[in-house]
Amino acid sequence: MALKHVNAVIIGAGAGGGVVAKELSEAGLSVVLLERGRWHSYADIDADELRSQRTPALGNAYGPDDRRYRRVVRGFTGEWQTVVPSEWMYNNNAACVGGGTLSYGAMAWRFMPQDFRMRSTYGDVPDSTQEDWPISYDDLEPFYEKAEWEIGVSGDDSKNPFAPPRRTPQPMPPFSYNKEGKLLYDAAKSIGSHPFPIPMLRNSVAYNGRPGCINNRTCVGFACPVNAKNGSQNTVIPTALATGNCELRINSVVSEVHINDRGRATGITYFDERNRRQTQTADIVVVAASATETARLLLNSRSRLFPNGAGNNNDWVGRNLQGHAYCGAFGLFDEDVYDDVGPGACVAICDYNHHNDGIIGGGLLANEFIRMPYLFAGRRPPGAPRWGKEHKDFQRTYFQRHAAVMGPIQEIPVFESRVEVDPVVKGHWGIPVARISGHGHAQDRKGTDFLSSRAEEWMKAAGAHTTWKIGSGGGPTASGGQHQSGTCRMGDDPKISVVNKYGQVHEIDNLFVADGSLHVTNGGFNPALTIMALGYWVSDYIKNE
Amino acid sequence: MRIRDMKPNEFGRRAFVKTAGTAVGGMILVPGCTRSVGQWRFFADAEATVVKAIAEQIIPADQDAGARDANVVNYIDRQLASVFEKHQEIYRRGIAGVQQTSNMVFEDDFESLEWPQQTEVLKTLENGEAEGSIWETVSARSFFELVRDHTMQGFYGSPRHGGNRGFVSFRMIGIDYPRIVGQNRYKMFPGKS
Repeated sequence: MALKHVNAVIIGAGAGGGVVAKELSEAGLSVVLLERGRWHSYADIDADELRSQRTPALGNAYGPDDRRYRRVVRGFTGEWQTVVPSEWMYNNNAACVGGGTLSYGAMAWRFMPQDFRMRSTYGDVPDSTQEDWPISYDDLEPFYEKAEWEIGVSGDDSKNPFAPPRRTPQPMPPFSYNKEGKLLYDAAKSIGSHPFPIPMLRNSVAYNGRPGCINNRTCVGFACPVNAKNGSQNTVIPTALATGNCELRINSVVSEVHINDRGRATGITYFDERNRRQTQTADIVVVAASATETARLLLNSRSRLFPNGAGNNNDWVGRNLQGHAYCGAFGLFDEDVYDDVGPGACVAICDYNHHNDGIIGGGLLANEFIRMPYLFAGRRPPGAPRWGKEHKDFQRTYFQRHAAVMGPIQEIPVFESRVEVDPVVKGHWGIPVARISGHGHAQDRKGTDFLSSRAEEWMKAAGAHTTWKIGSGGGPTASGGQHQSGTCRMGDDPKISVVNKYGQVHEIDNLFVADGSLHVTNGGFNPALTIMALGYWVSDYIKNE
Repeated sequence: MRIRDMKPNEFGRRAFVKTAGTAVGGMILVPGCTRSVGQWRFFADAEATVVKAIAEQIIPADQDAGARDANVVNYIDRQLASVFEKHQEIYRRGIAGVQQTSNMVFEDDFESLEWPQQTEVLKTLENGEAEGSIWETVSARSFFELVRDHTMQGFYGSPRHGGNRGFVSFRMIGIDYPRIVGQNRYKMFPGKS
């Protein structure tokens, strides 16, 4: 039996798709929201570190599962290998209602104006596809504001001298600093940096009918036990469902977008929770499945007019895959710096996001989320014993006497870093899987070396007796992970982009993309709030069309 | 009694009594009979003995519990029978390899060696220099790395997977049982602000 035709079908119930579902259903459109995962709550894994999205030693709590999902990746030595989601190389992002926003750290950054104008700011970068966005910070500002108020952000940008201009303050007051945060705040001041409380998509006070944060230790990588962390699953998606115009179908895996001979999208095919093949027709198709899966879906959608995949006649779909090169420094202290007040990350500086001599871009620096015991067991200075009595002594002595400062450095986009579909490997439903390959840009290394040195200075100023740097960019493999972006770049010229500035696929005017795939460059910030803002931006265009 | 006040051996005894009670269904318990046949899901008894000894080297008991007290071998056994199925072969060969190396170098089984001798055997594994033909069919380094990582998981991870018995590692590093969330948790540590 054919499914009832709807105005819009949205693929992916994460940061972008959730927002679009709410906006379109509130505007009176009939909407079907498809999600390959399901609903989850904190109780599913409790505080189980080995199942968290951060250290999934026994598999990802919030999906995808190792049983049905595969990807092919090009490893360090250049060979192709098949990997499962709990392996690092898979470059996973959660698959559930809420997507990554159910279990993220929830930092609520706006990109800076320069982040949208990387070519204008830094000029032509050889061996890269670095470009300006077709939209500016000013274009997106009202939509950042909407995301902050509707989804819920705690923060005070007036304390950050580098914050971009804004019309209204963040809706909730900022979080206070924990013990480590206070120490690092004072240390940053002492070396002339400008520390401030990290803006968070997390309630510092009761907001929108949900309580304030209880400072849980197990925050990043976990769902929130009291629902104080704001993702699409507890904000825009329930709002969308409450309109009566939106139907959410979970455990639904989309295999293809149909494009007819007139260059219009007519609907999609998916496998429902009983693995039955279904076709959903719609006036509009919005793909918001994350940078890897969105690209994979478009590439798997072959038609007469688009034999190499929807919107891919110029070979740009899946290109410019980027994430962030994480870098920073660890420090060991003589005194306890740990007070068990979660989630841990609370103080940041934006002194090094731009204007760094000889560096293209840069990134924020912030203290890290609490390291749970298993994760911490892998954190040692170079050359320290990795097992035995000394390893245990270190764990016992320093769990409460260490701190970390880290940051996501802006990676320079590279054309060869890409998502393709594998010609051989198919997943559980017989759909060709994503294949990931590429490398970092050589310049990234300069950026991470620079930022790690600044982090180490900060750590030393805080009184650490031992410090060491971690993380370096420009590696031999592609970067993606939870901050994956860039694979369906927005641009004015169809020859060097996939979608226009409204997320509309060039040449297919009823097919849209609304996730991190749109990013031309990925900023020196966690990208969730920007993906949400783009969800509002794309929706605004669809509603006015 | 709260879990953190419980000594590891006490916890183990309770768990044992409970298990034994279920298993024998009211039959008379023979004193000293602490292991029943088919106790393990994956390991043969002799294999479990070797893994216990390796794990104890990786996280030795001192003033705080070690891998043996935390029942790390139980964690590894449970996972090998489920999510770590793909590692079964490397464990089977790796354990045999450890015995081969031990016998070639020190003329005894691994679990019977002196502590420093055991350490030496594991270091040759870690460096990929272990003697023995079995290591031509499985990488000594990969095997050691796997057991090392799994031991860390079993010791520092959640007890729900069969290791970290009595939250021994959480108590060692001074954090409370993580189910207690919110500010109330400070009351778990009298004398600590």
